[in-house]
Amino acid sequence: MKLASDSRTVGPSDRAAQVSQTVRPSDRPTPVLESRAYNFWYGTNHALHDISMGIPRRAITALIGPSGCGKTTFLRSINRMHDLTPGARHTGEILLDGASIFGPGTDVVTLRRRIGMVFQRPNPFPKSVYDNVAYGPRLNALAHARELPDRVERALRQAALWEEVADRLREPGTALSGGQQQRLCIARALANEPELLLMDEPCSALDPIATQRIEELLVELKKSYTIVIVTHNMQQAARVSDYTGFFYVGNLVEFGVTQQLFTRPSDERTEAYITGRFG
Amino acid sequence: MSSFPIEGVPPGRPSAETRWRSLVGNDRSDRVYRNVLTGLALALPALILIILGVLFMGALPALKRFGPSFIWTSTWDPVAEVYGAAPMIFGTLASSFLALLIAVPLALSVAIFLTEFSPRWLRQPVGFVIELLAAIPSVVYGTWGIFVLIPFLRAHVVPPLKAVLGWTPFFHGVFYGNSLLAGGIILAIMIVPYIAAVSREVLLAVPGSQREAALAMGATRWEAVRSAVLPYGRAGLIGAVILGLGRALGETMAVTMVIGNRHDIGVSVFQPAYTMAAAIANEFSEATTHLYLSALFEVGLILFVLTVVVNAIARILIWRVARGQAVGSQAL
Ligand SMILES: Nc1ncnc2c1ncn2[C@@H]1O[C@H](COP(=O)(O)OP(=O)(O)OP(=O)(O)O)[C@@H](O)[C@H]1O
Ligand SMILES: [Mg+2]
Repeated sequence: MKLASDSRTVGPSDRAAQVSQTVRPSDRPTPVLESRAYNFWYGTNHALHDISMGIPRRAITALIGPSGCGKTTFLRSINRMHDLTPGARHTGEILLDGASIFGPGTDVVTLRRRIGMVFQRPNPFPKSVYDNVAYGPRLNALAHARELPDRVERALRQAALWEEVADRLREPGTALSGGQQQRLCIARALANEPELLLMDEPCSALDPIATQRIEELLVELKKSYTIVIVTHNMQQAARVSDYTGFFYVGNLVEFGVTQQLFTRPSDERTEAYITGRFG
Repeated sequence: MSSFPIEGVPPGRPSAETRWRSLVGNDRSDRVYRNVLTGLALALPALILIILGVLFMGALPALKRFGPSFIWTSTWDPVAEVYGAAPMIFGTLASSFLALLIAVPLALSVAIFLTEFSPRWLRQPVGFVIELLAAIPSVVYGTWGIFVLIPFLRAHVVPPLKAVLGWTPFFHGVFYGNSLLAGGIILAIMIVPYIAAVSREVLLAVPGSQREAALAMGATRWEAVRSAVLPYGRAGLIGAVILGLGRALGETMAVTMVIGNRHDIGVSVFQPAYTMAAAIANEFSEATTHLYLSALFEVGLILFVLTVVVNAIARILIWRVARGQAVGSQAL
């Protein structure tokens, strides 16, 4: 598989065009990621049923649904984290830029470099704050040693963590508070400059101010990145996302433009969920 | 069922009160049992202190006679009644160091392979066999050393070593058979199971989320091990190594059988050497004079202190890994 470097570099004019563009159902961009009749099993537990959806490029897609409905499972399928899960099995396809992520030509390491992930539970390394963020650039030789501090600072600023850790860069990342660890993990993912960023409840441990800053970051990032975010917060999904998918017991019940899904849901289960009648 | 009586148990129903007592834990048999266990648990540290005391008392004449120079002088002459333990201390440290040099890479590779790379069905059996190796009596290792290892070294290992590294002082001179090299290798084989087993436990205790964090950043399996799993378990792995060192320092029988038992400090691994444990085992029956016996007691005291300190460090490090994990999950 060829690294799609063209989609990573966005020219200034291109970027400006993206900002002014508001998403309408009619001008839905070509999907960067496409799932086709994707089924997934943990052993005998059929966790995902026939998931078919396209994740539009340079937009924020929110996945919502009650606990245990398979949001994390789907997210982890996208960067092939399930490769390590014993007993995991799937059918169907997931395509990134038209190429199957399960195909023999796909190098899983390259795939994961292109697809960043922020996990549901913060998992910083027991290294310093600095080394946590510098992990990806060092691993993938993305930056010269001279540029590394700048890159680390930028990632930490983007993750709204810089002010709190600027004078604690040498302290272990595990010594930060839960919410700070979550933002540290966001910074670590950003420093790798992935094309597609998967975020599993990135604001679950954050206060409203940090949450707002992360949301601002997401809106900023979608100028050049594609973002998929799992959230239990309806307001958040409504506020930041362009598209929303509603999962229910392993099925993708409804997928569409966020405003439409929230104002005129076509499925009664979606309506019940977003109006807070269950889940 | 009627409500449970706490006070004023009706006279006809003593069983309710006994049941209550056993529930709140002040049943008499409970108390006795607890006291016995507490006593037994305290007896072990007391035993260590007693051993230390006995060693110290036994070593007192030698301590008075030779003072600290016992540690760095090399004469061991029962006829002239002059004793210095330097060769044994050197031999103990050198053979253990050599053993670690060989055993650590081997044991760590085994542990990493078993936890990270081997197919699942292979993990249990291989882990079991490795732990089985630790159960072989050391005299069997010694015998194997004499009849298999030393001839093998002489025929296949020493000639190429000499050809390549003969110019260094470490591989100089004639190969005696019974030598520091043979002792170090036997020790290495004996401590590999310990280091591998403990390292395996340590690596298994590294949370999967750490591996996932590395892999999700685009690390290969090996990069994830090197940059995330090993650093996370670092303290515990060092603990495992030091635990192996503790075993090596105190190992007696197998080493005595192959190390040559000569009171001499030589840099070449081809020469015979001596260890503290071997000297004590060999010479206790010959120690006819009071001072000779006392010198051996002092050797025992040094060995005891050395191994206790080494083991304590190992335990603290391993324990810190377990605790570090708890600290990490606390934040969730
Ligand atoms: N490692 C696993 N092994 C077996 N079953 C699993 C595993 N992980 C998740 N499951 C099961 O798969 C289903 C979907 O779980 P998943 O974690 O994807 O839910 P979720 O939508 O992310 O929930 P939440 O909102 O609580 O995070 C659940 O029934 C869960 O029990
Ligand atoms: Mg989840």
